[in-house]
Amino acid sequence: MSLQYVGLKDINGPLVALEGVSGVAYDEIARIRLNDGTERIGRVVELEGDKAILQVFEGTNGISLENTRTIFSGKPLEIPLATEMLGRVFSGAGKPIDGLGDVFPEKMGDVNGKSLNPVARQYPRNYIHTGISSIDALMTLIRGQKLPIFSGSGLSHNKLAVQIVKQAKLTGEGSGDFAIVFAAMGVQNDVANYFRKSFEETGASERVCMFLNLSSDPIIERLLTPLCALTAAEYLAFEKNMHILVIMTDMTSYAEALREFSSSKGEIPGRKGYPGYLYSNLAALYERAGVIEGSTGSVTQIPILTMPNDDITHPIPDLTAYITEGQIVFDRELDQRGVYPGLSVLLSLSRLMKDGIGEGYTRADHAAVSNQLFAAYAKVQDARSLASVIGEEELSDADRAYMRFGRLFEDNFLNQGFDENRSMDETLDLGWDLLCSLPKNELDRIDEKLLDEKYDPERAARFLENTAPASEDTE
Amino acid sequence: MNEVNNTIYSINGPVVKAADTRDFSMLEMVYVGNKRLIGEVIGVTDKFTTIQVYEDTAGLKIGEPIESTGQPVCATLGPGIISNIFDGIERPLRDMTKLNGAFVAEGNALFSLDTEKQYDVTVTVKIGDKLKGGDIYCTCPETALITHKCMLSPNVSGEVTFAAENGKYCVNDTIIKLKLADGTEMPLTMVQKWPIKKARPMAKRLPINRPLITGQRVIDTIIPIAKGGTAAIPGGFGTGKTMTQHQLAKWCDADIIVYIGCGERGNEMTQVLEEFGELIDPKSNRPLTDRTVLIANTSNMPVAAREASIYTGITLAEYYRDMGYHIAIMADSTSRWAEALREISGRLEEMPAEEGFPAYLPSRLSEFYERAGYVENLNGTEGSVTIIGAVSPQGSDFSEPVTQNTKRFVRCFWALDKSLAYARHYPAIDWNQSYSEYIEDLSDYYNKNVDADFMSLRQEISNILQEETKLMEIVKLIGADVLPDDQKLAIETARVVRVGFLQQNAYHKDDTYVPLEKQMLMMRVIVELYHQSLDALKNGVMLSDILALGLFDKAVKMKYDIPNDKLEMFDDYLKEIEEKIGALSV
Repeated sequence: MSLQYVGLKDINGPLVALEGVSGVAYDEIARIRLNDGTERIGRVVELEGDKAILQVFEGTNGISLENTRTIFSGKPLEIPLATEMLGRVFSGAGKPIDGLGDVFPEKMGDVNGKSLNPVARQYPRNYIHTGISSIDALMTLIRGQKLPIFSGSGLSHNKLAVQIVKQAKLTGEGSGDFAIVFAAMGVQNDVANYFRKSFEETGASERVCMFLNLSSDPIIERLLTPLCALTAAEYLAFEKNMHILVIMTDMTSYAEALREFSSSKGEIPGRKGYPGYLYSNLAALYERAGVIEGSTGSVTQIPILTMPNDDITHPIPDLTAYITEGQIVFDRELDQRGVYPGLSVLLSLSRLMKDGIGEGYTRADHAAVSNQLFAAYAKVQDARSLASVIGEEELSDADRAYMRFGRLFEDNFLNQGFDENRSMDETLDLGWDLLCSLPKNELDRIDEKLLDEKYDPERAARFLENTAPASEDTE
Repeated sequence: MNEVNNTIYSINGPVVKAADTRDFSMLEMVYVGNKRLIGEVIGVTDKFTTIQVYEDTAGLKIGEPIESTGQPVCATLGPGIISNIFDGIERPLRDMTKLNGAFVAEGNALFSLDTEKQYDVTVTVKIGDKLKGGDIYCTCPETALITHKCMLSPNVSGEVTFAAENGKYCVNDTIIKLKLADGTEMPLTMVQKWPIKKARPMAKRLPINRPLITGQRVIDTIIPIAKGGTAAIPGGFGTGKTMTQHQLAKWCDADIIVYIGCGERGNEMTQVLEEFGELIDPKSNRPLTDRTVLIANTSNMPVAAREASIYTGITLAEYYRDMGYHIAIMADSTSRWAEALREISGRLEEMPAEEGFPAYLPSRLSEFYERAGYVENLNGTEGSVTIIGAVSPQGSDFSEPVTQNTKRFVRCFWALDKSLAYARHYPAIDWNQSYSEYIEDLSDYYNKNVDADFMSLRQEISNILQEETKLMEIVKLIGADVLPDDQKLAIETARVVRVGFLQQNAYHKDDTYVPLEKQMLMMRVIVELYHQSLDALKNGVMLSDILALGLFDKAVKMKYDIPNDKLEMFDDYLKEIEEKIGALSV
């Protein structure tokens, strides 16, 4: 295919139109060579008669109607795949940018992927240990799950992401083959550096493969970033049998890039100007998580998004949560009180947790502890709202016990150090310590037998002795 | 079929156009491109024919051929549907994994049914019989639970000129031959086709007066649904729509479940496949897959096929209804279907109505829900199709177009509430916002078949909940301590109703399915407890003394403490209530 088309018909934002083309396929990749010798990559997004519309990944700066020659490749966008991608840094379009030269491909992979046949999926079980109490106990991350983090600007989601990368490990069989694919979309330069530096400092970098699209990089490339990252992840997981954790940040920038692209294409907007296919488009990314038959690997996703104006009903978090299997939500109030990670326990949820915890995975009492912690913390909110009306002194004894439990829970269970890696036993025992501070008859989500065995008010007292000074200060 | 060279003129996502042709008719099925992707004609003008393609269009080129088939998009109907899993256009997903591996490939015109499996066929007609549309000509066991009955297509009639012997046949073997009115002879196999967008005809609609028994207390007693009825389950993410649908699919007393996973998660479909294969139906001792058909068009599969999946599902359901079965359809979620309509509409550059949805959204929704019903079939049998559609409102806001329009066409509305779900109150059906218009139609059934008091007990339970809602307004302002004892009693009783009755544990072996009899007895205990306590209060007994008896806590736990097969234990509960509270009044 050496046929070259000289010049363009039209340029509109990141899109260019060509006329008089033939034999061009939908979704095919083209190289656009400028007169100054540089080359850009474009993708066919619409075909009509002899007219083709291309999106240009690197943007249309400096392109005129006259100074280009376009060569169609006859293929969809492919990136080279290899195990040696781990430890490397790529651009959003999959080009190495760490100065270590090209990757020697073991295989070329079409970035669009194919949809996974539900029959070929295996239901995800078994968990990934993050060492973060709130996540491990209450919203356990399961291998093959997609569990997004909903945050807001200025909250500590990046710190949490780094801590997860640093501490994440598998337990049980196959724990050696664990790696991380990191996709950054539209993040600021210093944030990207923060990630890079943190990975290096913690020694995680040789098991991390990074795809970076900075906020100053072209938006079309941003649309490619998660595709490249997921293609790499699928290769490592399903063909190299590794367990891959994919962290994608920030999905809001991705969705905004999609809106920009859609509007320059002149499409009819849906809610808040996002294209009507935002759901399908996000689903095509998120559904690339999973476990498939015939492979021992898995792709687990943690997409991170910042909720515009902290609004969880905004289309991006809303549609995301409809696709993903749960969500981890940040709470600004807790964050401002200095609780790290300041997660809103009641809004957070892991849908796959129930089948990946308990005997054989985590610990037999895990489900009971987490249900009871949820239920008790929900009652804390009721007690608090009542206290704000009638004053804390007027509360019943039970409500006062909940108020105290709430404070202890937030300060000791949710709150944990950036370098603190808690084991599952530590986390669950801590949960019991806190639950024992409540009257026994309030623990209605726990089986009598288990309760008799574990309930001990002394336990809470001992715990309080050790931590009392800290919790008194915070009210 | 036609020797016409129509070619692709333009491609935009799943929408393809052909220029300057008059060969296509509306809703006709076509093959697009060299890979023969399946598509449907959705617009015909003088200049362009617009086609939506049910598969991924990447790699298609301008100038590739478009082939007409002269037929609308049809569902293939015959033995082998039950316990199978299909995509949105009824392609067998299991066979596709054998052919293409784990990922879905394009251009697979696979036959929907297993053509090699032999069925034990009993031919029920003989030569000379005059048959009309809907008449059954042979039967065969399809699964251990379902006997498949092959029927004449509704618009065919004639005289039998050949009938095969009873024996083992494959679906494509000729079973009988018919002489049609025009004298031609028509061989009939065990398979027929029916266009998915056209409702299968019936003799007449029958009144709706039997409940679909689900074993879920909040549904069966508070907000019941009838066989042949329609219900919507709207709820934001995380409120348990899918969980509720799964519970209904597992336990409701329909003969066959058609579960449509429309634009939802892949792992959920895998879960259904795994779980239903392991779960044993208590009535028949067979795995639930023996009565379930799955249609899986997950969110990342092509959007046009998502639109078709709903129609495919209901066509399969109607086919089994025609045999005289009761079918329940779970559509999860109709919002994704509406979004597919919106997406295609956007590609066609149609004028959008509310929130970008096309103006024909309400009429499409009503067409779908109107295909439910309790009917007399053409062959005289009775069957029903019940539709239970999940709705995923954007931003959990019930005022959005899909929820609002759905509300107009369903008669049963189970609103899932976020705050209940956060408090881990499952099923999170909000008793204040939900309603059922079937209560009156069904009250006779409940009173006759369960207990003469059923409806009055139900009313009492509702009243207690209403009372609590009113009182909670006050409690929010001034706390519960200042209320008089009788109001405190109402709040305490309502707690028993909420925690002990409405909350139901899907993972508990007895609580996951509760027979109507036990539901009624549970209501009776709660109502009795309330009345006895109220009387005691009137006699000057303190509420704190009544609560100290522990009867309320015991009532909360009776769902776990009384096994479903030991209902006589309720008598002890009632006796205990009477004795203990009576003792206080003396």
